[in-house]
Amino acid sequence: MLVYLIRRATQSVVVLLVMSLLVFVGVYAIGNPVDILINPNADQEDIERAIKGLGLDKPLWEQYLVFLKQALLGDLGKSFVFNVPALQLILERMPATLELAVTAMLIAIVFGIPLGLWAGLKPDSVAGKTIMTGSILGFSLPTFWVGLMLIMVFSVDLGWLPSSGRGPTRELLGVPVSFLSWDGIKHLIMPATNLALFNLALVIRLTRAGTREALVQDYVKFARAKGLSDARVIGVHVLKNISIPIVTVTGLQFGTLIAFAIVTETIFAWPGMGKLLIDSIHVLDRPVIVAYLLIIVTFFIVINLLVDLAYSLLDPRVRLADAKA
Amino acid sequence: MELPAREPSPPGDAAVIAASSAAASGAAEETPFQRIVADFAASRIALAGLALIAVILVAALFAPLISPQNPYDLAQLDVMDSRLPPGAQSADGKFTYWLGTDDQGRDMLSAIFYGLRISIGVGVASTLCALAIGTTLGLLAAFFGGRVDSLIMRIADIQLSFPAILIALILLAVLGQGVDKIIVALVAVQWAYYARTVRSSALVERRKEYVDAAACLALPTRRIVFRHLLPNCLPPLIVVATVQVAAAITLEATLSFLGLGLPITEPSLGLLISNGFTYLLSGKYWISFFPGIALLVTIVSINLVGDQLRDVLNPRLQR
Repeated sequence: MLVYLIRRATQSVVVLLVMSLLVFVGVYAIGNPVDILINPNADQEDIERAIKGLGLDKPLWEQYLVFLKQALLGDLGKSFVFNVPALQLILERMPATLELAVTAMLIAIVFGIPLGLWAGLKPDSVAGKTIMTGSILGFSLPTFWVGLMLIMVFSVDLGWLPSSGRGPTRELLGVPVSFLSWDGIKHLIMPATNLALFNLALVIRLTRAGTREALVQDYVKFARAKGLSDARVIGVHVLKNISIPIVTVTGLQFGTLIAFAIVTETIFAWPGMGKLLIDSIHVLDRPVIVAYLLIIVTFFIVINLLVDLAYSLLDPRVRLADAKA
Repeated sequence: MELPAREPSPPGDAAVIAASSAAASGAAEETPFQRIVADFAASRIALAGLALIAVILVAALFAPLISPQNPYDLAQLDVMDSRLPPGAQSADGKFTYWLGTDDQGRDMLSAIFYGLRISIGVGVASTLCALAIGTTLGLLAAFFGGRVDSLIMRIADIQLSFPAILIALILLAVLGQGVDKIIVALVAVQWAYYARTVRSSALVERRKEYVDAAACLALPTRRIVFRHLLPNCLPPLIVVATVQVAAAITLEATLSFLGLGLPITEPSLGLLISNGFTYLLSGKYWISFFPGIALLVTIVSINLVGDQLRDVLNPRLQR
C-alpha cells in the first residue's frame, strides 16, 4: 500500500511537471503580451520598464525556472489584467464553480437513481422506455446548446428564471454561497441543471443496468421469499448492492463536471473559474491560464488517486499493487 | 463529454470463423459482409439514422449547389435583411428566408449547409487522422509489448484520465485558432481511444496461429502487423470510429462556441450557434436554434448507426 502510494505520488509529480512545462512553453510562445498589455502610445522607456516589470525580457527557460520556483512557493504569477496574484484570483472564483458542480452532482443523483430504478424495475412500461429514450438524448445533446435552449424557454419566453449571473451570495462558514436565498437558488437552477444533464443520463443508465442484474440474483429472491415488502427489497437490498459502481462513477465524473463547468459558466455568465479561464484566453492573460491549468491538473490527479483508493476500500477484491496506476 | 472509456470486447474470431465456414460450404452461404448488412438492416431506427446521415452528407457535399445563397459572399448579403424571422421575404422581395437571417442578413439555411460542411469535414478529417495514428501505435504496443507497450499505453492512460474538452482547451490555448489547429487538438484528444481499442483486440489476435504462420514464412513485420493483424482487429475500431466522429463534431462545436475553435470567416455550426446567442435574449431564437437542430440531428443519427454497428459487430451477441 505504502509502495503503491509512493509510486503514485512520484508519477503525479512527473505528470504535473510535464504539464506545467508544456502549458508554460505553449502559452508563452503564442502572441506577444507586450502588444496587448502595454499602451501602444507609451514611449520606448515606458514599454521597456513594463517588459522588465513583467519579467518578459529574460529568456524563456529562465522565465520557466523563475516560474517553477515561485510556483513551489505558492506564487503562480500576477494576472496581467487584474494585477493581483493569479492564484488568489482563481481561489476567489473556486467556490462558485464548486457550488455549481456539487449542485449538478446532487441533481444527477437525486433524480437519476429513482428514475433508473423505475426503468430497471419496469423496463417494458411506457415510463421505462421514455426514461431510457430521455437518457439517450442526455448523451447526444450538445450541452451548450441545451443551455441556450433553457435560457430561451425559461428566461426569454416564460420569464421564470434569470438568464445570467450568480445572484446574491451569503457567507456560510466563510465561503460565499448562493443557495441560501431564494434569488440565489433561482440563479443556480438553470446552470446546475444544464451541467447535470449528462451525469443524470449516466446515473439513470447505471442504476437501470444494476437493478436489472440484481433482480435475478438469489439474495433478492430470498428476501422476497422471506416475505419482505417490495419497498424493503428494493430500497435496502437492491439499492445497497448497486451503489458501489454508482459511487465510483459519480466520483470520477466530478472532475469532468469541473472541466465542463467552463462551458456552462460561459453560457450563464456564472462567475466561476471556468469563465475566468475563457476570459483570460481571450485577452491572453497568461499567468491566469497557466495557474488555472495547473490547479485543475492537480485537481484531477488527486481525484483519480482518491477514486482508486476508494475503490479498494469498497471492493476488497481490487488489489492496488496489481492495478494499473 | 466522454463516456468513461470502455474496453471494447475482443472481436474474437467472428470474422475468421465466419469467413472459413463460408469458404467451406461454398458460395451458397452468405458472406460475413452480407450477414452484417442484413443484421444492420434489422433495426429500422438504425436505418433511419443511416438515411439521415446520407441526407446530411449530400447537403454538406453539395452545399454550394443547393444553398439559395453563398453565405460567405458579402456582396450577396443585404444588411436591410438582418435578423429577419423564419419565412420572411427579403427586402427586394425576390427571396424567402425559410429559416430567417442572422445579424448580417445571411440566410440561415445556406449558412447551415456551409456550416455542416465545415463541422463534418473537421470531424471526419480528425477522426481519420486519429484512427491512423492511434491504430498504428496500438498495434505496435500489442505486437512488440515490453517497453514500447508500457510507454505508449501509459501516455494513453494518463491522457484518458483527463476529460477530452480539457485537453483540447489546453492545446488550443497553446496553439491558437484555425482549422488545422483544431484538427490537431481533436486528433490529440482521440488517438488514445483507438490505441486502447486496437491494442486489446490485437493482444488476443497476436497469440493466434495465423500470426505464427505468417512469422514462420519470414514475412516482414510491417506486413504481418498491417496485413494480417490489423484486418482482424477492425470490427471494434469501426464502432469506436463511428461514435468518435459524433464526439469530435460535438467537441468542435463546443470549442467554437467558446470562441476557441474555428475563425469567424469559416463559421461551423458551433460558431453559428454562438453568433445567435447574443440575440437569443431579445427573443430572436432562430439564429441559434436551427444550427443547433442541424447539429443535434447529425450527432443523434451517427450515434444511432454506431449503436447498431456495436450490436452487429459484437461476436458475443451473435445469433
